[in-house]
Amino acid sequence: MSVDKKTVTKIAHLARVAVSPDELEPLVGELNNILEWIEQLSEVDTDGVAPMTSVVDVNLPWRTDKVTDGGYRDEVLANAPGSEHGFFTVPKVIG
Amino acid sequence: MTKLTDLTLAEARDGLLSGEFSSRELTVQHLSNMEQGRELNSFIVETGEIALNMADKADQMIRAGNATGMTGIPIAVKDLFCTRDIHSCAASHILNGFKPKYESTVTANLWQDGAVMLGKTNMDEFAMGSSNETSYYGPVKNPWRATKENGEPETKDYVPGGSSGGSVAAVAANMAIAATGTDTGGSIRQPAAFTGLVGMKPTYGRCSRWGMIAFASSLDQAGPITRTVRDAAIMMESMASYDHKDSTSVERTVPNYEHALTGDVRGLKIGIPKEYRMEGMPEEIEKLWQQGIEWMKAAGAEIIDISLPHTKYALPTYYIVAPAEASSNLARYDGVKYGLRVEGKGLEGMYKNTRADGFGAEVKRRILIGTYVLSAGYYDAYYLKAQKIRTLIAQDFANVYEKVDVILTPTAPSAAFAMGEKSDDPIAMYLNDVFTVPASLAGLPAISVPAGLSRDAMPLGLQIIGRAFDEETMFRAAHALEHAAGFTAKPNIWWGEN
Repeated sequence: MSVDKKTVTKIAHLARVAVSPDELEPLVGELNNILEWIEQLSEVDTDGVAPMTSVVDVNLPWRTDKVTDGGYRDEVLANAPGSEHGFFTVPKVIG
Repeated sequence: MTKLTDLTLAEARDGLLSGEFSSRELTVQHLSNMEQGRELNSFIVETGEIALNMADKADQMIRAGNATGMTGIPIAVKDLFCTRDIHSCAASHILNGFKPKYESTVTANLWQDGAVMLGKTNMDEFAMGSSNETSYYGPVKNPWRATKENGEPETKDYVPGGSSGGSVAAVAANMAIAATGTDTGGSIRQPAAFTGLVGMKPTYGRCSRWGMIAFASSLDQAGPITRTVRDAAIMMESMASYDHKDSTSVERTVPNYEHALTGDVRGLKIGIPKEYRMEGMPEEIEKLWQQGIEWMKAAGAEIIDISLPHTKYALPTYYIVAPAEASSNLARYDGVKYGLRVEGKGLEGMYKNTRADGFGAEVKRRILIGTYVLSAGYYDAYYLKAQKIRTLIAQDFANVYEKVDVILTPTAPSAAFAMGEKSDDPIAMYLNDVFTVPASLAGLPAISVPAGLSRDAMPLGLQIIGRAFDEETMFRAAHALEHAAGFTAKPNIWWGEN
């Protein structure tokens, strides 16, 4: 499988990364090189093999569903590029 | 007299405990070497004042009789670890100015034990790279330079490996006694091999990932970068812990790893995987590996030929799984919560411009690959397929561990290369991790030990891979290998005022 300019434009949009027209062409080449190299995996027979879901053989721990953390709004906002009145600010969304 | 900055961690610990010198003296010496070594670009931020305060506290701990193995030891911290109110940006522009309001569990453990923070080290952006050339803060220079055929030293710069390039350069150039690293596909072991150091990644789950800036969550593990295997054992014991804040952290007692260094490997079964004998592998790597086998045999270990049939698929599998997880993890950088914001047309324009300016070329490549392999219509063909092959790779290891105790391989397919040599060819760069990635995919502990020099006098490493949660046997084998190799070479100091 390989990607073309249209596909790369689409995945760049899905990933929310602006790609300028002159970046597009080289990016198509680079991604195709990588995808072509990855293609060798298709020769492995994986019928009946379960996909890995946990690296080590352990069960995820359970805990009581209660609040154990929080109550420091100002610390959460401390690194925000924009905040007002205790909220994150973003460009206007609703017209 | 040995300088305080030449000491191993164990020697420094013993000297501190016996009152031969103070942590403040030790720290001052390292801060001075850091100043001398600035052109290596090893540190992004130096925290001298904090270091001196921590050193004084450590000296009090020692006087009060509360010292641990790490008390008073000046260490460098990879920029991937969140350190409270101190620059923590994973060497990425997108986290511009980020000073977290919390401390990673691994660094908190080290400070609890009295370690001293010298600064935050440079790295490949978001740990994506094998040469430390993708950092927003510029490349790190390897303190080691090759020797030409006529015996003259090279004057060009070499890469320190990556992604923990700043951490290894700091330890190799005597600017820190040890450093924290993180390893996703080889980011501790390969740079350790490139700089004549010991680099170790524990079993997945041994160290908490809480407060480590995420790259690929099913692979990321913290580990120590040190001068000796003993040093790695001491530091690992401090870094490891069960942590309820990381759901994949494993609730197991952390052993005293130093006790595992018995020096006795008689009867230990060491597997030699034939698939690691790769086509086009330089002869000197093959020779060193053979030498390692001879050393272990001479020490009384039993050498057993084994097969890990899916080895050649590990790297392409990794380059689906890791970018997939990265594309998901890095979705959080949106110009809203922290770091960089670049305005654009509306909210979406702001997202896109922030991410276009904030991420470097390699990170963007991996985000796009990851987004593609997870996108509708391709998920099964790529991501699911890769996760199935990952199961097969883990099974390969499980099968051989019925017959052997540890596995011995080279760490990297070459010595450190010159800066710029591979930066235009992503796949050539990815191949650096061909021997380290399989253990990462299987979540196994592995350690690189300096074992010899290349033809042009650059350091080379051998890797010991252990069973899951059996770091002790891995350490025991690595300690014996280190003893047999007797690696004592140091880089010639060409930086600073000399």
